[in-house]
Amino acid sequence: MPARPGGGAGMLQRRAMEDQSTPAVRKPAVPPARRRFLKDAASVAGGAGMLALGVGLYAKQASALPATAIRPPGAFAEADFLAACVRCGLCVRDCPYDTLKLAELGDGVVSGTPYFNARAIPCEMCEDIPCVVACPSGALDRALTNIEDARMGLAVLIDQENCLNFLGLRCDVCYRVCPVIDKAITLELIHNPRSDRHAMLLPTVHSDHCTGCGKCEQSCVLPGESAIKVLPIRLAQGSKAEHYLRGWEEKGAAGGESLIGDQIELPVRGLEDKAYGDTRVGPGEGPQGRSEGAYAPAAAPGGGLDSGWKP
Amino acid sequence: MNTTAAAAKERKLPPRSVRGAAMRGVVARPGQEAIDNKGWLRAHKWLLLRRFSQLGILALFLVGPWLGWWIVKGNLSSSLTLGVLPLTDPFLIAQQLAAGQWPYREALIGGGIVLAFYLLLGGRLFCSWVCPVNLVTDAASWLRRRLGLKGGKAPAARTRYWLLAFVLVIAAATGALAWEWVNPVSMLHRGLIFGFGLSWGIVGGIFFYDLLIAPRGWCGHLCPQGAFYALLGRVSLFKVTADQRSACNDCMDCFAVCPEPQVIRPALKAVGQDHPLILDADCTTCGRCIDVCGQDVFRLTTRFNRSES
Repeated sequence: MPARPGGGAGMLQRRAMEDQSTPAVRKPAVPPARRRFLKDAASVAGGAGMLALGVGLYAKQASALPATAIRPPGAFAEADFLAACVRCGLCVRDCPYDTLKLAELGDGVVSGTPYFNARAIPCEMCEDIPCVVACPSGALDRALTNIEDARMGLAVLIDQENCLNFLGLRCDVCYRVCPVIDKAITLELIHNPRSDRHAMLLPTVHSDHCTGCGKCEQSCVLPGESAIKVLPIRLAQGSKAEHYLRGWEEKGAAGGESLIGDQIELPVRGLEDKAYGDTRVGPGEGPQGRSEGAYAPAAAPGGGLDSGWKP
Repeated sequence: MNTTAAAAKERKLPPRSVRGAAMRGVVARPGQEAIDNKGWLRAHKWLLLRRFSQLGILALFLVGPWLGWWIVKGNLSSSLTLGVLPLTDPFLIAQQLAAGQWPYREALIGGGIVLAFYLLLGGRLFCSWVCPVNLVTDAASWLRRRLGLKGGKAPAARTRYWLLAFVLVIAAATGALAWEWVNPVSMLHRGLIFGFGLSWGIVGGIFFYDLLIAPRGWCGHLCPQGAFYALLGRVSLFKVTADQRSACNDCMDCFAVCPEPQVIRPALKAVGQDHPLILDADCTTCGRCIDVCGQDVFRLTTRFNRSES
């Protein structure tokens, strides 16, 4: 009998096991039906999983919002908004000015979500905010009841080279149309250094009042692109430097008490008879007014600090 | 003796039925026998009712933007009827909850109404009587039959349930309604009402997928929304029964037109069950089998009627 190395005992054992169970038919470890089921389930689940993964990655990739697409008033932060919005378009339907649009595939905005383009049709800031009332999904915040509290975005005078007011004209259109005029946009008067004899009135946006409605962007008189644009707040604003305390704010909050205590009041040359801190110089005042004659250095007869220097 | 019986049965088969056509090598026209026996109108009764329902619901949404008659606002995802009745797709609410969002009361009430409706009456009634994609995939299926296209490879019918699970997992993982980026069901309906953009591409993709690659591939194998409604249909009321199954002449026409052919066999041929009721939740209760059967084997009944005549 040819001996097979290591085979004899194992074969005997196996024979014995087979005799104990059903004879003749050798059972595989996993029945074929179950094996086929497991194989099928794995491939089906794998295929579906890959498809879902692709969808998930695409969704994550395609959720960036273009800077000119503004969400309706009361919209939660973009991540929460995209978790809630069911894309039913009820806000669009209840917008009386056709401001809101539902994004179509290819618009660059997540397909089916509401947005508006301020240069085309801005938000008219309805007092009853019908878009927020219409939203069933929880994507628009119903705690927003006063439209002036809306923060759809923030207007930024982004092109100072072409803005007519920066060129020295009195266009003022963005300021005039602002629904929160003199609070959200003010005109700040400064000297025009180019002509040296005129003023410039610069439209200046204040984030604590701007709702991001986009009326300014729509009405900017420049052909084509507007010089003032509503941007998403995260783009329009820098982060606050929390580690710098603003002395004037701290002083106001502390009831006029400065954080660093009272400072020593040092006299200012030539302004000795004025209130401390008042540096305005009228005609006939100042060093020129004192020493009418020729330049006479360090010849102050009555003492004091006036050196008599003049430019 | 046996051959003459078989020959007799073959003679009894209508020549353009699926099996008759296969024997004679001609393109099948399922439902021809039913038209001959019952007349065209009765042989298309459920199909016509279904198209009326699908197009009627679509029209209710469209007369608002087109004519200014605001009966229904919104779309199938969420809508408001006559300013009072909110309806919301519970599939979307499920995704929202998975993404960690709690919708407003209106959406919850609307979702509850829709959920109760399909739970009670028939889960996949949505697929065959409401969903606009059904028009697309039915058209692809019809064209496939008319062109005599054979073969193709569809994924397993269970894929949709896995996909449904993954849709919810992905919503939880991304914190967004990720499936709605690509969901052809909501996209087609929204596109018809609010404007398409490039969504035509996705709808066209489904049409050609069903026509050229996978027979009944989308609705019958992949769509997770259909899978969601199928889960609702496990206990629902309306079911098709094959209570005249003794009259079946094996023409195979019902199998050819059925969007979920695997649901027919247990009821018609008593495989794994005794009663003639089609209880499989994948059945969309479209009633097309009732239409195309020349022998009137099928009819619509409730799940409690297990009688056979």
